[in-house]
Amino acid sequence: MKSGAKILIEGLQREGVETIFGYPGGVVLPIYDELYNAPIRHILVRHEQAAAHAADGFARASGRVGVCLATSGPGACNLVTGIATAYMDSAPIVALTGQVPTNLLGNDAFQEADISGITMPITKHSYLVKDARELSRVVREAFYIARTGRPGPVLIDIPKDVSTNQVEDRPPEGPVTLRGYQPTVKGHARQIDRALALLEAAEKPVIYAGGGIIASGASGELLELAERFMIPVTTTLMGIGCIPCDHPLNLGMLGMHGTEYANFAITECDLLLAIGVRFDDRVTGKVSTFAPQARIIHIDVDPAEIGKNKPVDVPIVGDARAILQAMLHSAKKGGRENWIAKVQAWKKKHPLRFREDGKLRPQFIIRELSDLLKGEGIIVSEVGQNQMWTAQWYCFRRPRSWITSGGLGTMGYGFPAAMGAHFARPGETVFDIAGDGSFQMNIQELGTVAANKIPVKVAVLNNRFLGMVRQWQELFYDRRYSYTELPPVDFVKIAAAYGVDGIRIDSPDGVREALSAAIDSDGPFVLDFRIEREENVFPMVPAGAAINEMITGGRE
Amino acid sequence: MKPHTLSVLVENRPGVLSRVSGLFTRRGFNIESLAVGTCEEPDLSRMTIVVIGDDAQVEQVIKQLNKLIDVVKVSDITENETVDRELALIKVTAEAGSGRAEVMQLADIFRAQIVDVGAKSVVLEVTGGSTKIDALENLLRQHGVKELVRTGKISMLRGAKTVKPSK
Repeated sequence: MKSGAKILIEGLQREGVETIFGYPGGVVLPIYDELYNAPIRHILVRHEQAAAHAADGFARASGRVGVCLATSGPGACNLVTGIATAYMDSAPIVALTGQVPTNLLGNDAFQEADISGITMPITKHSYLVKDARELSRVVREAFYIARTGRPGPVLIDIPKDVSTNQVEDRPPEGPVTLRGYQPTVKGHARQIDRALALLEAAEKPVIYAGGGIIASGASGELLELAERFMIPVTTTLMGIGCIPCDHPLNLGMLGMHGTEYANFAITECDLLLAIGVRFDDRVTGKVSTFAPQARIIHIDVDPAEIGKNKPVDVPIVGDARAILQAMLHSAKKGGRENWIAKVQAWKKKHPLRFREDGKLRPQFIIRELSDLLKGEGIIVSEVGQNQMWTAQWYCFRRPRSWITSGGLGTMGYGFPAAMGAHFARPGETVFDIAGDGSFQMNIQELGTVAANKIPVKVAVLNNRFLGMVRQWQELFYDRRYSYTELPPVDFVKIAAAYGVDGIRIDSPDGVREALSAAIDSDGPFVLDFRIEREENVFPMVPAGAAINEMITGGRE
Repeated sequence: MKPHTLSVLVENRPGVLSRVSGLFTRRGFNIESLAVGTCEEPDLSRMTIVVIGDDAQVEQVIKQLNKLIDVVKVSDITENETVDRELALIKVTAEAGSGRAEVMQLADIFRAQIVDVGAKSVVLEVTGGSTKIDALENLLRQHGVKELVRTGKISMLRGAKTVKPSK
């Protein structure tokens, strides 16, 4: 006989869990008691939201399932933003929550919240476990569902008596079988042949690659296909890193803050090979003018994404890597020199740019960091201008080196996600590129990084504004800066109060030295960059416009 | 925009109905009717869902339903030959001597059963397709419908074909 809590912990161990992020409370006391001696490291965060983001950052950096744990009611509710973030970006996490004892369920008991109901629209699946004998099966299924098919968050809600009850545990063996869940892996052979025929016939093809490439580990196959057919590749925010930034076929990011040449190429292409993407509105702009001349091949593991926003000519459901391998197996060589030359000319004529006039500008800081780390390391961002500048100016060379909240756009994501990324790949330098607004949304995690000596470096691009909203107000609301100005904060002093080192930087001269000091430090570090306050992110496609109608800002 | 009839097999577990109905709310799909109950397999339930939308919307509904782990099978049986039934209970004002005979005559024509008789009212039970029930309801309104309750539509393929979990 074993307690439910013990069965849970053993189930986690069978799934290979080494680290979980959590926060204790009343109804999870039995689980915490079991954790006290378990060979699983528990990182105590300062707010449950950070536990969910850390699990998510761990998952994205490692490709494995991240785990977070919270108590019932407020603890569980604090996970919600993190679960929604993981859901929108297809990050595999398992969220464990305590629940009031089964005899009090539905009674409005102390710290009761219907967390499986609350999270129903933002989880891939959820369980409310009412019998401890179900726990081993549920844990195994939850991990299986989280990591397979289109990955995503799974919630397991565990009433207190289920944790304490002593039962006979019979862990299931063999592969997980769920008759309602059988994700497609292999692509349909005839569709693959049709796609290849279109690829071979196309004169102006473009690959539009997204997070699905990273999730399925298909970067190598993608590169091989692009090179064999000489196809330029543009990536979504989530797909950054699937092709090295300095590869001649790389067009960088497309969409609202994409490069001009990527958006031009999309608008002019005659064949769009879309892989692991979902035609999000931030990518397509006005969807009817997105790739208006192109036949579209769409490869995705989630059939519901195909044709959801844009009709496609050749749908292929399955794992991106398996499908690209099948395509490479029979693909001939191809080359379209005129098209490549045209794209290269756009690249030359319309590069990303910023003003270099001796003022401290964020793009310069990110370019310096990219130089210093040689594009290596794990770069996490918050949301807003900091995120877009990093996506544009950091030269990513590997998959899973860029971690950001794309779909939900969660401010406060970066810092805790960076903590998670550190535990996934402890040997690597991890930077969180933050704004002063975002950093203050989960700034309490300075306590976590200090206590656990987590060597995450935070580079705050401090402009004392909620910068991206201010930019929209400047461009579309007549510079009426309604509630977007933030009072000055001395982040170095805040860091010091937690026992974390920091440096304030006011001019471009100090940037390299400060970044090096942070990189060389073996603990956490905060860099407070006082940047130009009203710097904008350009190019920019106004909401609802066609993606080739970009505001490019001042040309230097 | 036209009604589509979906026959859906789901795991017979707590929360399945709210997963399905929550999906419709969240994605902005319109349910015209939903009927659910046990079926020939003890651990499955069968839902008949009538959803209004164009073909692309209904395709999205089906794909999203299929993503639910507890949904085992979704079939759009709109274009198939099917047997469709609804059940209605209708409480009609019918005092002895004034109109009751006429109500009973209508019941007879529509092959409805009189399942309860009171001093001032009768309750009719009628089954059939929705147009038949609509027609009876309209005729009975002249007598005064005090209360009406209808189930959603349930449907089954004609012939030997079935909607079964794919294996």
